[in-house]
Amino acid sequence: MENTAPQLFKITFDGIEIEVPPGTTIMQAARQLGPHYAPPAMCYYEPLKGTGGKCRACLVKVTAGSAKDPRPMPKLVPSCITTVQDGMVVENTTNESVLETRRGIVEFLLINHPLDCPVCDQAGECHLQDFAFEHGRVTTRYEEERRTFEKQDIGPYVQLHMTRCILCYRCVFTADQITNKRVHGVMNRGDHAEISTYIEKAIDNDFSGNVIDVCPVGALTDKTYRFKSRVWFSKPVEAHCDCEKCSGNVTLWYRGDEVIRVTARKNEWGEVKEFICNTCRFERKKTSDWTIEGPTKISRHSVIMANKYRADVKKPAFGLKVAEAQYKQIDDSRPYITDGTTIRELSKENNAKANQRSLAENN
Amino acid sequence: MQLTNRSKQVSNKQMTFAERIYLPAIATGLGITIKHFFQKKVTIQYPEVKQFLGPVFRGRHVLKRDEQGRERCTACGLCAVACPAEAISMVAAEREKGEEKLYREEKYAAVYEINMLRCIFCGLCEEACPKQAIYLRHDEFVPVFTERDQVVWGKDLLAENMNNRYLRKAWTKEEAHEQDLKGVEAEPRTQL
Repeated sequence: MENTAPQLFKITFDGIEIEVPPGTTIMQAARQLGPHYAPPAMCYYEPLKGTGGKCRACLVKVTAGSAKDPRPMPKLVPSCITTVQDGMVVENTTNESVLETRRGIVEFLLINHPLDCPVCDQAGECHLQDFAFEHGRVTTRYEEERRTFEKQDIGPYVQLHMTRCILCYRCVFTADQITNKRVHGVMNRGDHAEISTYIEKAIDNDFSGNVIDVCPVGALTDKTYRFKSRVWFSKPVEAHCDCEKCSGNVTLWYRGDEVIRVTARKNEWGEVKEFICNTCRFERKKTSDWTIEGPTKISRHSVIMANKYRADVKKPAFGLKVAEAQYKQIDDSRPYITDGTTIRELSKENNAKANQRSLAENN
Repeated sequence: MQLTNRSKQVSNKQMTFAERIYLPAIATGLGITIKHFFQKKVTIQYPEVKQFLGPVFRGRHVLKRDEQGRERCTACGLCAVACPAEAISMVAAEREKGEEKLYREEKYAAVYEINMLRCIFCGLCEEACPKQAIYLRHDEFVPVFTERDQVVWGKDLLAENMNNRYLRKAWTKEEAHEQDLKGVEAEPRTQL
């Protein structure tokens, strides 16, 4: 009898040898080595079947195809959909042509991207920002007009900004996975391609909110979170609840005492393993709805951790004593307002002063 | 043991008669005082007279508007995250129909507050701003405040007055450097 035990393939990735079972893609093998080695991915999303091979961000150089046929592959190959061969030698960051190509890919992805990061809600947790920051050029060479779309309303919860879309198809695969019918897809071709839904069926599925988490850029964002805060002002906290529709494991994003956003938990690759339902995401926005587990662990170098302090650092005892002895309640009668409409009204009054002073007299 | 060669031998010599009567020494001292009387003053009468502190002095903040008077700020929060003193806070809002004349982008800062007690005038907000919205004026200070409610500045004080716009000779570091190299005296203007 032949040996049926799975035979492991030995590949070399950036000079590091690793053994993986057959059928593994180069991307998956590289991810086993850690985030420092894995190629970037804009469209590939491990939990979603069929993703990958669209954005070209993960192109790598294969310098030896396999042990049997050690000829190099003639072109760079997308690592997320190329399966490994025994004896394959892959070069990622060690190959200059890969890095040069990646700079080109960033440029291509940014051709039609509006670069409205100061306005975009995704800024700070945007994969395209990270990708462009790590692999792109500093300046742009693009001078032509960027592609724009008419605004499209896809329901009360999800905001679609077609101009920001990089056509990674992740949301399409999500929609295919959560529904039996095809309700969300890409229309037209080439430069005119755009994400769309059949409006009447528009995203009324219970899990449709997950397209927000899945989207690597700010094309699909949370309407209930729209312009509420910036990622680095909010504090992520792990929490769970008893939900009959989903696992109930989420990340709550706090600003002060207020839950301003609920997202699914993401792993180190920014991928959601457990989809959460729309009730959890859009309706449970009170601390009392949740059982809090503790702060989310995020790299200290991430912008999300900016201006946040470690809880485990002990304060000196004398300092605490002094603070206790000298503590005085401050009578700050300035009202603290978090209600959006009141703020808008107040700001209008406030701005009216400034605007009257400067604009009204001019006209 | 001698550590340095700066030590001086103390002398115990007797003073002369002229030295002993002190009057010549007093006259010399008075002479020095009177000489300063006619010299150019090194001080200025501060609140009435103000010195030019240079084109890059970092004084009070201003929220710039563009040529059409629209606010440049989009409440992106980069100034607040860059601020080492955490003096800046803001609340963003979405621009509504009819407000296009007031705000340049679809998002704007409904509330933009700077705590002037916290601010250390480091200018990092100016450097962080991607929209060239916030600047520290080189020609004005934050006035002295005496009341608690004067400390937090809102947009009514920060937003630029279109009738009296803030002018500068150079708006970026690079620009100022270029002007220095060429030795040109640039005209003050509103913005790039």
